[in-house]
Amino acid sequence: MTATVTHSGTLVLVLAVFLACAVESVEALTIVLAVGVTRGWRTALEGVVAALAVLAALVGALGPALVHLVPLTTLRLVIGGLLLIFGLQWLRKAVLRAAGLKARHDEDAIFAEQVEELSTGAPAGGRDTTGFVVAFKGVFLEGMEVVVIVLTLGSTSHALGTAALSAAAAVVVVTVAGLVVARQLSAVPENAMKMAVGLMLVSFGTFWSGESVGVHWPGSDLAIPVLVGFYGLVAWALVTWMSRPRPVPRVAGDPPGRGDPVAPLTGGSHG
Amino acid sequence: MADAGPQPTEGDDTAGPRPWAGRAVVAFGHFWWDFLIGDTPELFVGVLAVLGLVAAACLDHRLRTAAAFASPVLVALLLTGSVWWAGRRRRT
Repeated sequence: MTATVTHSGTLVLVLAVFLACAVESVEALTIVLAVGVTRGWRTALEGVVAALAVLAALVGALGPALVHLVPLTTLRLVIGGLLLIFGLQWLRKAVLRAAGLKARHDEDAIFAEQVEELSTGAPAGGRDTTGFVVAFKGVFLEGMEVVVIVLTLGSTSHALGTAALSAAAAVVVVTVAGLVVARQLSAVPENAMKMAVGLMLVSFGTFWSGESVGVHWPGSDLAIPVLVGFYGLVAWALVTWMSRPRPVPRVAGDPPGRGDPVAPLTGGSHG
Repeated sequence: MADAGPQPTEGDDTAGPRPWAGRAVVAFGHFWWDFLIGDTPELFVGVLAVLGLVAAACLDHRLRTAAAFASPVLVALLLTGSVWWAGRRRRT
């Protein structure tokens, strides 16, 4: 029984880290591909390697410190709260996108935009600082979110190694897939993946923050998959509710029967 | 808002570049502000309120199991409110 409970928690953790890392990797890979195509692959790879080294150093330095220096109850309260905020932000965005109230992340458009920006003033020779910085920033900034997820989920459940391995596996899978389907990253079901990650982060956040303040979870760790299911139902209900067409308020003097439904908006920013 | 003092103007020789450490601190602050608050301050405040309520309920040992059912409902209500508010703003 205990083993089953532990395995279910670990499985959700591995899935959450893998999916979060995969989503961020797709976004970073779009930028790296744009740099590679316009400024050269050497510059792009240098930027990627430098950013990955800094991110790995952050995990290596902060992870053990969090685990060994901060009491578990405090760690779970702070990290549970962080995961709740972060997870709710992801979930809210995914629900709005699924309901057509926010523009979906269009990797093709982002790629074209990056290529256009980087094509102007390409260097004739020597070191390409612009290309390096764009690739570095793309990987570093997208990777920072993954680092936060790996550190929080990994350190709180004492599975930092498993979380880091899961993140590394996602990077490898996305990179290989990205090279195979180069420039067709828009085909990745990014919003569905973001929704799944949001559900898991909110579930872990609810569980750990609750446990730290004294909540008695029936079934212990087994409550985590139950929470995932509950929040999944809530998200599905919200998407259904927000997707339904709304009647236009009738203006005085209009003929009866005008109540046309309002089409869902598709405008909005990326991110 | 308090007066922030004289602001550097274009061509002001006394307004030198901010030191590296200063820029790093500001960038670090910006990162956490965007990360935690960004364009959804209601989620930040709401999570603090939910955690406060649940913690207060758990002071009474008899409510600790009930809190396990109440906390996901409160979080779901928070999400619903935020999504509803965003939808309303986008439609108008």
